[in-house]
Amino acid sequence: MSADPKALYQEVILDHNRKPRNYGELDHPSHHAEGVNPLCGDHIHVALDLKGDSVERIAFHGESCAICKASASMMTVAVKGKSAIEAKTLIHEFVDMATGRIAAKDSPHIGRLAVFSGISELPMRVKCAILPWHTLQAAFNAEPSASTEAEADPMHTPLGDA
Amino acid sequence: MNNTSAVTMPPAFNVARVRADFPILGLTVAGKPLVYLDNAASSQMPQPVIDRLVRYQSTEHANIHRAVHYLSETATAAYEAARTRLQRFINAREAREVIFTSGTTEGINLVAHGWGRQNIRAGDEIILTVLEHHSNIVPWQMLALEKGAILRVVPINDAGELLVDEYEALFNERTRLVSVGHVSNALGSINPVKQMIAFAHARGVPVLVDGAQAAPHLAVDVQDLDCDFYAFSGHKMCGPTGIGVLYGRAALLEAMQPFKGGGDMIHTVTFEKTTYAPIPNKFEAGTPPIAAAIGLGAAVDYLSSIGMPAIAAHEHELLRYATEHLSALPGVRLMGTAKDKAAVLSFAVQGIHPHDMGTLLNQEGVAVRTGHHCAQPLMVRLGVVATSRASFAFYNTLADVDALVAGIRSVQKVFA
Repeated sequence: MSADPKALYQEVILDHNRKPRNYGELDHPSHHAEGVNPLCGDHIHVALDLKGDSVERIAFHGESCAICKASASMMTVAVKGKSAIEAKTLIHEFVDMATGRIAAKDSPHIGRLAVFSGISELPMRVKCAILPWHTLQAAFNAEPSASTEAEADPMHTPLGDA
Repeated sequence: MNNTSAVTMPPAFNVARVRADFPILGLTVAGKPLVYLDNAASSQMPQPVIDRLVRYQSTEHANIHRAVHYLSETATAAYEAARTRLQRFINAREAREVIFTSGTTEGINLVAHGWGRQNIRAGDEIILTVLEHHSNIVPWQMLALEKGAILRVVPINDAGELLVDEYEALFNERTRLVSVGHVSNALGSINPVKQMIAFAHARGVPVLVDGAQAAPHLAVDVQDLDCDFYAFSGHKMCGPTGIGVLYGRAALLEAMQPFKGGGDMIHTVTFEKTTYAPIPNKFEAGTPPIAAAIGLGAAVDYLSSIGMPAIAAHEHELLRYATEHLSALPGVRLMGTAKDKAAVLSFAVQGIHPHDMGTLLNQEGVAVRTGHHCAQPLMVRLGVVATSRASFAFYNTLADVDALVAGIRSVQKVFA
């Protein structure tokens, strides 16, 4: 992946933007959080149902750019059916990859989400890609809201079991 | 410059010659010539201003108003000469009515603290407009919270024009201040501030004008406007960042409390009591950004050498051309179509979020701003969370507009 934005806006991301998977609301979710990027206005909701320790249902909705929407869509696909611990591990791997802390090839669980690896070279857009993941983290933490700004960011808190 | 060929301007304004003064406009971005259309956020700096800053730092720098040595006297003279240049630029009556601030935001905060805390009481009302930048909302909100005052907001029509009848209807016996932007940063609407000031003054209400988006584009005459305060920023008008001006009517400034305490704003200090320096020093505590103020003086000299009427005329032509060509693009909606408008185009493109538009236009070398433009209440009024915004300066060309239009088409192909 290069820093070329056109490479980032490749077909898989555009496809998830056009046809987001698991888009909508869940009735009576066990976990829910709302995420905002106050500086750009991205705003999404993530809801999920844990059955035992497994993510049985997950959905998102909101208003955001293509990067955020595709990231949310692919996130829901990636964590559905996974255990909470596996999902939290993936959250950290994705955020580390998107922020350039680790390479996609060194992220054992990242899979198709590697299409976002180029985002780390567009610092102004990193928050767009990671907002859904921060919001999912907030939902797991039973926090009502997430933001990619300072203290409101649930990624600033220790994960404990991840 | 190779992207000025489409320009057909009157001979009085030679955009190619102007562009040659701006070294940054020769850059390439993503392998393409830079097309800089984010001037409402910050304009670029011409060589004469850069040279003036270099000369100051190389041969004149010292602290001001204190020492008796050569460099301090030289720096002091240059700083105060800059004040006089700014006085002439906005036609203030006296140089002491020109306060150097860090920018528009500080100017407004200065009035909120220095005038507002003295004069606003519980139940008093402050009139703003829905077009305001956050800088002209938040200081008043903070003051209102502290004092128990109330903010009243003038609405707009769908073209982005203030509803003057509604403005007039907001006045009552509790109205204490009007604070209004001269030009909307997000839509470019030029507000009828002279008319609004006359109406307010007839009711004994002072008016602050946020001129951040007007001073770089229009000839501003504070005496003709008859405003009480006028705030603007250097970096939006070819000057440095970290410097701006608050114009204030001398009598008002003299009656106000200082905003910040410290060196250079005092007359005498004992542990029992401090007496303050006369204006403008009363409002310039601490060592100011001396180089930036001198640079701003050079910037207004530069703008004046071109002529604000010539600048306004060229930008008007850019606006006309850009409006015509963006309106013709399928799926593009212009937001803000006021009859009286500065060269700012806010637009939405069907199916494409502004942030994706901004990132992909950058790949074409085109710099636009995307987001809420620090005008979130206005975005709510428009029913959007963000827009893309192309904002022009006098050094932009019709070819820049062509590059924007081609860029939008190219982004639309990505999302097709």
